[in-house]
Amino acid sequence: MLVLIRYPYVTGTSVVGIKYKDGILLAADTGASYGSTLRYKSVERIKAIGKHSLLGASGEISDFQEILRYLDELIIYDDMWDDGNSLGPKEVHNYLTRVMYNRRNKFNPLWNSLVLGGVKNGEKYLGTVNMIGVHYEDNHVATGFGNHLARPILRDEWKEDMSFEDAVKLLEKCMLVLLYRDRSAINKMQIAKITEEGTTVYPPYSLKTFWGFSAFANPTKGAEGSW
Amino acid sequence: MDLNLDAPHSMGTTIVGVSYNGGVVLGADSRTSTGVYVANRASDKITQLTDNVYVCRSGSAADSQIVSDYVRYFLHQHTIQLGQPATVKVAANLIRLLSYSNKNMLETGLIVGGWDKYEGGKIYSVPLGGTILEQPFAIGGSGSAYLYGFFDQAWKEGMTKDEAEKLVVKAVSLAIARDGASGGVVRTVIINSEGVTRNFYPGDTHPLWHEELEPTTSLLDILSAPEPMNT
Repeated sequence: MLVLIRYPYVTGTSVVGIKYKDGILLAADTGASYGSTLRYKSVERIKAIGKHSLLGASGEISDFQEILRYLDELIIYDDMWDDGNSLGPKEVHNYLTRVMYNRRNKFNPLWNSLVLGGVKNGEKYLGTVNMIGVHYEDNHVATGFGNHLARPILRDEWKEDMSFEDAVKLLEKCMLVLLYRDRSAINKMQIAKITEEGTTVYPPYSLKTFWGFSAFANPTKGAEGSW
Repeated sequence: MDLNLDAPHSMGTTIVGVSYNGGVVLGADSRTSTGVYVANRASDKITQLTDNVYVCRSGSAADSQIVSDYVRYFLHQHTIQLGQPATVKVAANLIRLLSYSNKNMLETGLIVGGWDKYEGGKIYSVPLGGTILEQPFAIGGSGSAYLYGFFDQAWKEGMTKDEAEKLVVKAVSLAIARDGASGGVVRTVIINSEGVTRNFYPGDTHPLWHEELEPTTSLLDILSAPEPMNT
């Protein structure tokens, strides 16, 4: 029996996604690591898929690029029917789930955790699928470290029908924690929005970090010699 | 001493690609090692794919050579069918196709650089795994570990051809100084609308880095100019 397990080389870290009033917001940094080296710092890990979806990926970047090629083909062939119908986020998520799970069954996974969000006919959709085929939808999802650091914040602070401003602030709160605590995170990130009107992937930007705790300046005060 | 002469030929290597306004400059060292032995101290790691596109090879010498050969063959056919020179993007994507499809078996990181009439000078990185990334400059090979900080500080947008080449030569020279798997000479290839220029910078043309001494023919030459005695 031929077992063909691979391991990843160039990897992206967390993606976080939330539903808000007008649609979906996705956030991810623009970094791709090579082991422990933060090798590439301008990698777009969130891409628009067709008219109704956004895809964010963590994990092996070459596999993400291949998934984008598969989706390109899917969207083009759907478009060629020229019947006025176009694939919505639920359908794209289902397609990806099948691809990921079937590769997993052949012991040749696409080494990614994906977030798929979109809006079609007023209906918001947010789902996730990973390299072993585990998939689900929710009001807020995250991959990688985001599962441990972002989701607890979202469970506490997310609510239905948030405004764009509140939703962005909430995502930025999550991304800041990830920047402090995930060593593969870099301080250059992108937020992407999808609404009924269309998709917008905002240009990369950096967050201000806070280091002004007095305990940070002098951690061993009052306990000289400790660490 | 563990001198395994049957160890696979690997190019420890330092490879660099920098784009400037009007073209690209590719650079590499010239050391090919089998284990700890230097099998070739004057290798040429910057390989031609077409008249206007070259590739810097790192990692396994065999793997990088065979991938280059296949891509050169495909690009040749593509050029005939297309009726005009291939673009850098097409060359880079062919490299990606082979690297990605055979990711389990190949161990080679490549930097594709060239000039075409549509996009001008372009650099594409294809590291292990087959990711493809277009970048204003790229570094690769074992020696590149010593160059991340250097490029973070020294690279800037809008360099001229001469500034870009000086940067490349300095970078490869610095990496050679610290990476045991890189050495020999610095080779550069400059590609722009006018054509291709190959340059060759042997060790005596580089500046001296930290703790390096001016090379001499012999101690005797130093002794013949006697130093003052210490009493």
